[in-house]
Amino acid sequence: MSNAPSSTSSSDAPEIVQRGAFALTMRRLLRDPATLISFAFIVLLSLFAIFAPLTEIWTGHSAIEQYRETGMTPMGLPVGPNGSFLMGTDQLGRDVFVRLAYGARISLAVGVLASLAAATIGVTIGMCAGFFGGWVDTVLGRIMDLVMSVPFLLCALALVSVFGPSLSLSVSVIVFFSWTTIGRVIRAESASIAKREFIQASRSMGASNLSILIRDVLPNLAVPIIVYTTMMIPSSIVFEATLSFLGLGIVPPTPSWGGMLADAGANSIYLVAWWLVVFPGFALLFTTLAFNILGDGLRDALDPKGRKIVRRRKSRKNRTTTRKETAQ
Amino acid sequence: MIAFLTRRLSFGVLVLFTLSAFVFLLFYVAPGDPARMIAGEKATAQQLAQIRENLGLDRPILVQYASFLGDALRGDLGFSYRNQQPVVDLIVRRIPVTVSLVLGGVVVWLAIGIPIGIMSARFAGGLRDRLGQVFILIGLSFPTFVLGMLALYTLYFLPRKNGFVLFPPGGYAPLLDDPLKWAWHLTLPWLTLALVTAAIYARLTRGQLLSVLGEDYIRTARAKGLSERCVVYKHGMRATLTALVTQLGADIAVMLGGVIVIEQVYGLQGVGSMAVQAVRNQDRPIIIGVVLLGGLFIVISNILVDLLYAALDPRTR
Amino acid sequence: MPLIEARNVTIRIPTEDGGIHAANSVSFSVEEGELFGIAGESGSGKSVLMQAIAGLLPGAEIEGEVLFNGRDMLTMSEAERRALRGAQIGMIFQDPLSSLHPFYTIGSQIAEMIHAHEKVDKAEARRRVVEMLERVGIAEADKRYDAYPHEFSGGMRQRVMIAMALILRPPLIIADEPTTALDVTVQAQIVELLDEMRRSFGTTVIMITHDLGLLSSVADHVMVMYAGTRLEIGATEALFAMPAHPYTLGLLRSSPAADSNGSPLIPIAGKPPSLLARPRGCVFAPRCAQASDLCHTTPPPLRRYSDATEALCHFTASLPEDEPVTEQTTPPAASRTSARYVVEASGLSLTYRSKKGFGRAVENHVLKGVDLTVRKGETLGLVGESGCGKSTLARVLAGLAVPTDGEVKIQGEPIASLTAARWREMRRRVQMVFQDPFGSLNPRRRVGAIISDPMRIHNIGTAASRKARVQELMETVGLNPEHFNRFPSEFSGGQRQRIGIARALALEPALIILDEPVSALDVSIQAQILNLLQALQRDLGLTYLFISHDLSVVRHICDRIAVMDKGQIVESSTSEQLFRAPAHPFTRELLGATHHPPALTGVDTRHLISETPFMTQEAQA
Ligand SMILES: Nc1ncnc2c1ncn2[C@@H]1O[C@H](COP(=O)(O)OP(=O)(O)OP(=O)(O)O)[C@@H](O)[C@H]1O
Ligand code: SF4
Ligand SMILES: [Mg+2]
Repeated sequence: MSNAPSSTSSSDAPEIVQRGAFALTMRRLLRDPATLISFAFIVLLSLFAIFAPLTEIWTGHSAIEQYRETGMTPMGLPVGPNGSFLMGTDQLGRDVFVRLAYGARISLAVGVLASLAAATIGVTIGMCAGFFGGWVDTVLGRIMDLVMSVPFLLCALALVSVFGPSLSLSVSVIVFFSWTTIGRVIRAESASIAKREFIQASRSMGASNLSILIRDVLPNLAVPIIVYTTMMIPSSIVFEATLSFLGLGIVPPTPSWGGMLADAGANSIYLVAWWLVVFPGFALLFTTLAFNILGDGLRDALDPKGRKIVRRRKSRKNRTTTRKETAQ
Repeated sequence: MIAFLTRRLSFGVLVLFTLSAFVFLLFYVAPGDPARMIAGEKATAQQLAQIRENLGLDRPILVQYASFLGDALRGDLGFSYRNQQPVVDLIVRRIPVTVSLVLGGVVVWLAIGIPIGIMSARFAGGLRDRLGQVFILIGLSFPTFVLGMLALYTLYFLPRKNGFVLFPPGGYAPLLDDPLKWAWHLTLPWLTLALVTAAIYARLTRGQLLSVLGEDYIRTARAKGLSERCVVYKHGMRATLTALVTQLGADIAVMLGGVIVIEQVYGLQGVGSMAVQAVRNQDRPIIIGVVLLGGLFIVISNILVDLLYAALDPRTR
Repeated sequence: MPLIEARNVTIRIPTEDGGIHAANSVSFSVEEGELFGIAGESGSGKSVLMQAIAGLLPGAEIEGEVLFNGRDMLTMSEAERRALRGAQIGMIFQDPLSSLHPFYTIGSQIAEMIHAHEKVDKAEARRRVVEMLERVGIAEADKRYDAYPHEFSGGMRQRVMIAMALILRPPLIIADEPTTALDVTVQAQIVELLDEMRRSFGTTVIMITHDLGLLSSVADHVMVMYAGTRLEIGATEALFAMPAHPYTLGLLRSSPAADSNGSPLIPIAGKPPSLLARPRGCVFAPRCAQASDLCHTTPPPLRRYSDATEALCHFTASLPEDEPVTEQTTPPAASRTSARYVVEASGLSLTYRSKKGFGRAVENHVLKGVDLTVRKGETLGLVGESGCGKSTLARVLAGLAVPTDGEVKIQGEPIASLTAARWREMRRRVQMVFQDPFGSLNPRRRVGAIISDPMRIHNIGTAASRKARVQELMETVGLNPEHFNRFPSEFSGGQRQRIGIARALALEPALIILDEPVSALDVSIQAQILNLLQALQRDLGLTYLFISHDLSVVRHICDRIAVMDKGQIVESSTSEQLFRAPAHPFTRELLGATHHPPALTGVDTRHLISETPFMTQEAQA
């Protein structure tokens, strides 16, 4: 091996310290204040939701009890924010603050659960379609197209009208109509991974499809999975709130943000009681905003390629790929 | 081209077929007796049997489905349980409102979204990009109905409380009676409806245009000595357009969802609010009708989008 | 007055990790009518330099001056620069497919160039475009005017690019690797076309390439760049006969064409530096065979020689006195003919059927009756142009694709008849090394896991024994065994290719199929890998099937060569025989299209005139 120059001979060159992928990601994240603030907001909101019973103890108001004496004006209108009702009361004299805390539970639970479930389905189906190609891809791809050409809110209406509104139905509907978003992305990604040479290498060594899927394909999908699951949370939250707003989601009197807004909208009561729309409305807005910013931030930190303005093409690495493309 | 069209059409038919089977089965297996819904609580057993026979509910499910399909193809979707009027008539009466809403919304959404995306991409990293990104994030995050309620509160209620009328409280004015009034009534709904999709489009335009601007052929265009404007709008946007058109197909369903909510918030008597009322009233023929109509709308728009795509990209020809 | 002259051009590209020093005080001048070549390894800043000059690099910080006909292009307004681009400076890029807009017809893309700079009506523009298309050799130009880029082959597209660059008859053309993406035979045609056009229009050409052989045959002057620094510049003949700079010398000595069969190349050790930091001394010092302590601490001066060659070095390049005697000689071919066959393939055909639209089936005959044998211990080269079926044949031999017809025997055993278990076992005996060092290793797995993969898949050994074996293998291929815990991204291209080779060695296969193993690497690194492959074969008695499009590489490493064209093997003989007396016209065409740099004379006729300190911006600061 005398004339095989050892690669370690390069160690006398001034070497740039190689940072691990994780360290790099953390470094990028820490430099991004918007993402950090969003993350902090989400943590606080989760605490608010988890410790919702504490707000009951602290204010002495239950989430569903109607305080017709203290919480309403003599004319039967809700009272605005004051020392006793931090965020005022609603048209039935219930404490908006306490209800907001309990509503956060629903929103977060639905958002996270539905996204996780949808991501699991979407990733599995997308990965199979993209990796196997051929008729598997045709069938699965057609199914995705089919689900996406369905007027989903109308179908949700139809389902609710038959089975009656419930939390589990809301979650199922959300999952059923949102797995295609991530499924489509994962399908395209896996299809391009399946063409990479390291897959061929594994195959040439005799690895089974399952082993290739789990060891070679899945780890390379980590970035889109993390990013798209995060981005699916806000849309699931809005989806749930929309169903509740249309009166088809969480059954009253259980508090949910969408339901609170629906109550505010009914009879246009919010026009005289702004706090009924401002508090739940902004809670909803800030929550989705936080998740969206977090998703964007994660994508930038995990996959900085998308951020570069001028893409760098590797000349001769490209060479053969182009040649192959033109050959086909 | 013919083969392509046939494929798209047959897929459209498959979608509608699946959808019809879905709603039909849904209501067939659903608990609750349609005859009782029509006749009301006080109906006698004999009346109920009579209604069942009229509706053909005593026949086997496949026969019922076949006749349902046949009727639907002939444009007969049955009668509302509530007021016994033909579903098709009910829907047709409400279509102008919904179509006005959708068309205006699409115009506004494209007119806001694409320019913001272009601006963001052209000045990537700069202040204008930052502003564009803020718009994108807020637009994506704002739940339609919250936005609608806030808009009504600030742009209708607050001015009115202070003695002047900026926007109407909602409702619809027919186009043919008074186009100005029509537009005035629909301005807020259009803006609200368009915001989310505009944000999606701004983001998509920005991302696509950015990646296109990094392509080699853009470098070629610059090397020709073309002006930056020509490089971005002629060469860059030409390639971005196909991506936008593809997305257009996926967003039509989102848009329809938005329509339902908007009609609810602004009290517009369109097809969407009819569906919501029908759900509350358990008026199943109307729900079926609206779902099928929505499906038809999506299928047709998707075919148009695909044709547009094929026209835009010479490589698919 | 030179047509274009760059003076101390320094380019810094800001990135997230810090500024990239893509060019450091680079100066050169190009006289009217000459062909000026820029050579250098990938990432040496060739393209950046040219794009910065043309104003196509908006994000970069550029200092110095670039005089075009006496006017400084770096200080002129964007509008003035735009007027120059296209009309005065035409550009041709590497990849003709991605450089043409996919949605506009080629005619309109060329005509756009005319309209951008001249007031011409449409018909007149069209007439001129058609005329130019005809001149660059596009048949039926009037019809092809309305065709889209995807309807052209690679070579045709490059012709279109050339037509576009020439349509306004600019005095200067910058061609950035105009032939790299093309097949050898097409490459030759394009270079010829460029040369002809330049002569008939009197155009000055700056040509960027990493292909030294090509430059030696067409360029008048050559500039050699390394890590954003101009190391040497001079007249082509002198430079190729005996370079003044150790780096140029190293490059030439690591090109396989420089010597004939078998003897080891002299690679440049190590890998190109990161451009993020500037070293204190010479940029090339870590890899330079002639480096002394001085080189590491003091920036080298600019040495000017009597023949106008300039080099940035403390010394003058010289061939080492004690040229290492070739330690190994290739065993005589005779001893191999008796060896038994590892691969026997006969009558291999493969046809892909794809359905287009409704019913119309399209048949694509990829392999048409291929016969091939590989003997134990030999290296069989398989050459051919892109799309001729080389890789498909490799996949068939590896058992990854099933031939439509014909039979493959591995060590005498027909693979078609294998049971599932035997088939898996067969996988152990044939291993592959792939072309793309970035694509063939899973970026998310550690190197140790990648190399031990074959053992894991075939359930061989315990975790501890596998680890020991991995470290042994890493040692064998010249990697630091301590690095088994790293990810592929932490290695350079050449090192990754070593990882791929280690993985292929893990199960001691009977045959290793190398599918273009060095074509993604720079010459200096390529030489390292070729030497490694030869050393391994010698020590471990390996059998290789070596696929490549590069004849000089194949000639260097192979005992026998099979030439493939359109799914058939048109000629197969020993390397020497093939090069001495090619039988098939296609082989002759291939051979004719390959450029070799002329052999080094080693005779130094020039003498040093002056030595001036050379200051980069950093050094001054
Ligand atoms: N837009 C960019 N942003 C950041 N870095 C860049 C950019 N373009 C090029 N670089 C870096 O500048 C250096 C020089 O690149 P350049 O493309 O000029 O090399 P080259 O000599 O042309 O190589 P090749 O033979 O691969 O074409 C490289 O390190 C490259 O990564
Ligand atoms: S200066 Fe020293 S290290 Fe640099 S090239 Fe010359 S001899 Fe080699
Ligand atoms: Mg280059």
